[in-house]
Amino acid sequence: MIVRLWGTRGSLASSGPDTLAYGGNTASVEVRAADGTILALDAGTGIRRFGTTIDPLVERVDVLLTHLHMDHIQGLGFFAPFFRTSGQVHLWGPSSPTLDLRGRLARYLSPPLFPVRLRDLDARVVLHDAPDRPTMIGGFEVVAQQIIHPGPTVGYRITGDGASLAYLPDHEPALGAGRFPDEPRWTSGFDLASDVDLLIHDGQYTDIERAGRVGWGHSSVSEAVAFGELTRARRLVLFHHDPSHTDAVLDGMAAGADADARGIDVVAGREGDAYDLGSPDRTVA
Amino acid sequence: MAQLPIELILVRQLASGLAVPIFVVDAIGDLLYVNEAAEGLLGLRFDELGDVSFAEWTTAFAPRTPDGLGAGPGDLPLVVAIRERRPVHGPLEIVGRDGVARSIEVTAIPLVGTRGQLLGGLAMFWEEPR
Repeated sequence: MIVRLWGTRGSLASSGPDTLAYGGNTASVEVRAADGTILALDAGTGIRRFGTTIDPLVERVDVLLTHLHMDHIQGLGFFAPFFRTSGQVHLWGPSSPTLDLRGRLARYLSPPLFPVRLRDLDARVVLHDAPDRPTMIGGFEVVAQQIIHPGPTVGYRITGDGASLAYLPDHEPALGAGRFPDEPRWTSGFDLASDVDLLIHDGQYTDIERAGRVGWGHSSVSEAVAFGELTRARRLVLFHHDPSHTDAVLDGMAAGADADARGIDVVAGREGDAYDLGSPDRTVA
Repeated sequence: MAQLPIELILVRQLASGLAVPIFVVDAIGDLLYVNEAAEGLLGLRFDELGDVSFAEWTTAFAPRTPDGLGAGPGDLPLVVAIRERRPVHGPLEIVGRDGVARSIEVTAIPLVGTRGQLLGGLAMFWEEPR
């Protein structure tokens, strides 16, 4: 399983001279299996460049959306596989109690917010509710569960090629647990992330920032580390960087988190970073 | 022990921040959570309880109807709400774990997830002035 980060920023794309190292594109992660299966996790602005690397002969790509906030879907209309008549794009995501995924996505993919409608895309587009039971997508087993974030939001656990990945880019597990991080049963996302090889998790805030933003649906870096330790993940990639955090700020946050972590490697996700979860030492590819 | 559904985690989060006494059970009726306000009404401390089954809590407070008849588990508003998937409201006489008899009003609702699955139920209590 190869995991590659195409966008690690949260909330708002933030390109500029002080975000060159970690990147300014919003949430987009590529996951490839040895058998050629391609998953796109979320469709933030990073998915545009990711799409250009997908061979036009690839017949199927699956896009797994965690939720429909703009920083996770803004790149959808620029994803190259949508504009290939020979291919299929399967879109997975959470419905709401009153509106299915197509209806929810159409609110963005239609005028006046976007000139092209979902039904006008060239590829065959198939929509699915995010799978709440383990479901095979090519060479991967995928399961989604609702997690704490405003509005219908899921996290994903992906297993394949002898490795496992949990993707919870927007998540506030400390909100629901009475004594976070001491109550696994009452901790949002615990089952998804238990014992995974790689955990990609929200680490948007410093502790000081987080104190003023309880209930916004995001975590501090220290909470992300505590969640990673609780779930016994082997490596934590901090994700959904705040748009106001420069490279220098992120360097400091990541270094502090790695120093404080016990039994888990911690890094801040950078655009372009890749992880080969099939390699014996799980090193960066 | 497996993680609970997110809806129940959020219900506890909400209940823990309210002054209204709230009692939460899972889909088979076992007790999941009692908030601080309900602790006072029921005369117990949630943190001191172990697992409390449906059979235990439905009899623990000696529930009776206002006319003095014993209320069986199937008569309790929370049990009816879960069984019939509808809101239920009614009066009860109970005896708390602290031995104090209280007259309460109970409003119970089933907790149904976004895909229609029954997750449990919650009951809100109001103590009647004696």
